[in-house]
Amino acid sequence: MASHSEKRSDLFDQPITVINIGLTGFSESLRQQGVPVIDVDWRPPPEGIPRLTHTKSGASIEEANKETARRIMAGRPEIVGLDLAKHVIPGMSERTILHAGPPIHWERMCGPTRGAVMGALVYERLARSPEAAAELSASGEITFDPCHHHHAVGPMAGIISPSMPVWIIENAEFGNRAYCTLNEGLGKVLRYGAFGEDVYRRLRWMADVLYPTLAAAFERAGPIDLRAMIAQALHMGDECHNRNRAGTSLFLRAITPAMARTCEDGERLAQVIEFINENDHFFLNLSMPAAKAMLEPAEGIEGSTILTVMARNGTDFGIRMAGDPDRWFTAPAGIVEGLFLPGFSADDANPDIGDSTITETAGFGGFAMAAAPAIASFVGGTAQDALNSTFEMYEICYTEHEHFSIPTLDFRGTPMGIDVRFVMETGILPKLNTGIAHKDPGIGMVGAGILRAPKECFIEAFEAIKNW
Amino acid sequence: MAIGFVIRKNQYYDSVFLMGVNKRLSQNKGVLQTAVLMASEKNKQLLADIGIYGDQIVTAKPNDLIVAVIAETPQVVDTVLGGLDQALLALEEKVLVSLLHTLNDGLAKKPHANLAVLTIPGEYVFREARKALDAGLSLFIFSSNVPVEEERKLKELAAEKKLLVMGPDCGTSILGGVGIGFSNIINRGAFGVIGPSGTGLQEFTCQIHNAGFGISHAIGTGSHDLSDEIGGITSFQALDALEADPQTKVIAIIAKPPGRKTLERLIARFKLCGKPVVSCFLGARMDSFEGGEALTWTTTIDDAVLAAIQHVGEKPTAIRIELTHQERELASKSRADWAPEQRFLRGLFAGGTFCYQSQQILGEAGIVVHSNAPLDPHYKLADPDRSSEHTLIDMGDETYTLGRPHPMIDGTTRRQRIMSESRDPSVAVLLLDFILGFNASMDPVGELYDAILEAKQMVRQQGGELTIVASICGTKEDPQELDLQERLLREAGVIVFQSNAKAALFCCQLLKHV
Repeated sequence: MASHSEKRSDLFDQPITVINIGLTGFSESLRQQGVPVIDVDWRPPPEGIPRLTHTKSGASIEEANKETARRIMAGRPEIVGLDLAKHVIPGMSERTILHAGPPIHWERMCGPTRGAVMGALVYERLARSPEAAAELSASGEITFDPCHHHHAVGPMAGIISPSMPVWIIENAEFGNRAYCTLNEGLGKVLRYGAFGEDVYRRLRWMADVLYPTLAAAFERAGPIDLRAMIAQALHMGDECHNRNRAGTSLFLRAITPAMARTCEDGERLAQVIEFINENDHFFLNLSMPAAKAMLEPAEGIEGSTILTVMARNGTDFGIRMAGDPDRWFTAPAGIVEGLFLPGFSADDANPDIGDSTITETAGFGGFAMAAAPAIASFVGGTAQDALNSTFEMYEICYTEHEHFSIPTLDFRGTPMGIDVRFVMETGILPKLNTGIAHKDPGIGMVGAGILRAPKECFIEAFEAIKNW
Repeated sequence: MAIGFVIRKNQYYDSVFLMGVNKRLSQNKGVLQTAVLMASEKNKQLLADIGIYGDQIVTAKPNDLIVAVIAETPQVVDTVLGGLDQALLALEEKVLVSLLHTLNDGLAKKPHANLAVLTIPGEYVFREARKALDAGLSLFIFSSNVPVEEERKLKELAAEKKLLVMGPDCGTSILGGVGIGFSNIINRGAFGVIGPSGTGLQEFTCQIHNAGFGISHAIGTGSHDLSDEIGGITSFQALDALEADPQTKVIAIIAKPPGRKTLERLIARFKLCGKPVVSCFLGARMDSFEGGEALTWTTTIDDAVLAAIQHVGEKPTAIRIELTHQERELASKSRADWAPEQRFLRGLFAGGTFCYQSQQILGEAGIVVHSNAPLDPHYKLADPDRSSEHTLIDMGDETYTLGRPHPMIDGTTRRQRIMSESRDPSVAVLLLDFILGFNASMDPVGELYDAILEAKQMVRQQGGELTIVASICGTKEDPQELDLQERLLREAGVIVFQSNAKAALFCCQLLKHV
């Protein structure tokens, strides 16, 4: 890999330092002689996986991936403001509903996505009831499209409807923008497929109180640097996907003075502060579009085998590569090995869902598990398990992040840039942690857990690379 | 059904952690449902939804921990709640294995690594070795069965990058005093040695050490390096390195005869070398070479050692090893105990080089020897398991090591063969080798000890005497304790030599008049 290319010293006049790949007996005898040695628990690559170095057309994959990594890490996502989806998201009509993951028709949508669509249509007053909304959805009058086709991302069902307020994130280095809704909180919420009066009431409050308060504050305060905020949150116990407590606190700390100056109604201001403060995942809807904004400039680099998208719609899991940015490779979404809220069990769980794996794609989230020992229960319970989880992901990533680091690993950069080639060579699939939605529409969150990305879409992507 | 709960005041836990605790508690036998949560208003509502109420719950604060259990019996509730402290800690100890699965991962941990040691199956070697070279690491490749084409590509790439590929099929190297693979504990000194064979290098370095000298570097090149397909890429690099190395005063090369073209290039290179070179090409005829002033040609490792030592101007001794008078006497005495039908020698070797060198020495004495790894293809055994007349078997050959440990690591196959040979009434002599050092069996003599006693006993019962001759390759510093190994052999009635060449010479003496 790129970072190890410096000239090595002569074996004959320098002490040797050994990497032992295979039998540990050999390393044991070296250790007895005081030689620094590290063991690699090598495993054979899956059968028939060649090392791809160049595309058929002759492009160097190494060079392409180097450029991809450079662009992703050079990105500086900033919150520049908020607006309604229909005003800012390109290609968003009054009858467009955006969803998480790869493209999908109403007929194949999973329960929680359907529930969220139904809830959103009622919220938009396009339907009077969830039942009417389902009918409307099936009629073909509603355009369903992935968030990712519109520079947007959405957690869980990831539903964005036209009148929802969205964050506007701008990559200051490249000028591209990304969008995401505001986080509703946990439990019975739209993104987990819930609908009903509580859900609509909260969404309306968000549009009527939260959104204008934040928007006014941003007009006054100017942009907030999200790359710096994510970097800090990683040093405070977040991995910015399933733990966002530090990020949320940092955001609140940064925006509160401007809100206090621009919001004249003290009660409204208090409600907004309480809402953000009580929602540990408020920052997720900022870390996600930040990741999206960082990844998009790498789209279209010829020969690059690094992922720019990894997303699920609750039915399918999909990936896209920088070298072929519009093509989805999909496979059935996996079953989450979960920890469940009281009263729920694995029988209630919908398969893997949401765009939030954009965080892992950008080099944090579950890949930075080592930074977030508080949620180590996802990966086995101990702080060591959290470290191991991150160590494993280094093996499938192209490089280590220049700006995001992990204190407990002596500030080593996070694993950055999932390389389809490394996934195939090592047989190690990306490890994802995620919330779990109830499989039926209208219920909401039932737990959280962990799973691997499905192998099939990586196999297909790898085959496609061979023909580039 | 029974319900119970406890409230821990001001004990804050992250909700994900608590979900883990909840999972562990719910796995207890007889538990119907558990809830482990902080007492937020929302969570209290949740508890009410599943039927858990109480005044204490109403007054609990968001920083209080609530653990509720619904179980088949009150006993289960008590047990689960009683074990709560354990559950809050319960993170089992795990066995530490290497968490690193790829070379790149190893590099991240040891960015200054300059050598990768590979012992993985041959078919995967190219790919991993390639990555190591790309990352600027030299290689020690123990793995065998690497296609020659791949070996050449690796070695050419390495030469371009000024890196070294020791192997594939490389058993031994000593770099700056550090033994890699099968190697002994050897003093540092003025002698540099190059060779494709692990046991050849071990024998040379041990003898140098045992003679009171030392080794600068011993560079294993892999068994195919001197073939014309590879052309000695590593050997030439090693020669350059030893020539440039200020510590090295004399350079030795120990090998089977190289490919013809490679040999010509080697000889040309030797002539240009600024340091004295001693060559030992086992099995080659000395008269086929023409050397210059600085070149010494030998045909046994022992002679190479003697010649090398003479180059540093110390201890002038005989050019060729020979048996002492006492040793010749001992041979006659041993022979006298044989039964009339006892005539043949059987050699069972752990070290391939020892099998080869012994064939050469016996051959020079005019004794025809069969082998599974013959010097002369004419004498190849049809079935390696069936000895014929004088037979020397390389027990480290693939036939004996496929799916089984090498005889240097485990004595099982040799033990069995010792027994079957001693049942053959025509057998008079067993020739064995014992190799000490890192990675070899920790008690090589001990592993064969009972078999040796039993074999001798069996032949004695038939009215004869089995003469067992052995060599030990090792130093007093080796972990196996050379003295102890040697004493064990002598106690078992074995005639012991510190060199394989001498042991083979002794066998010639034994067989001379048979």
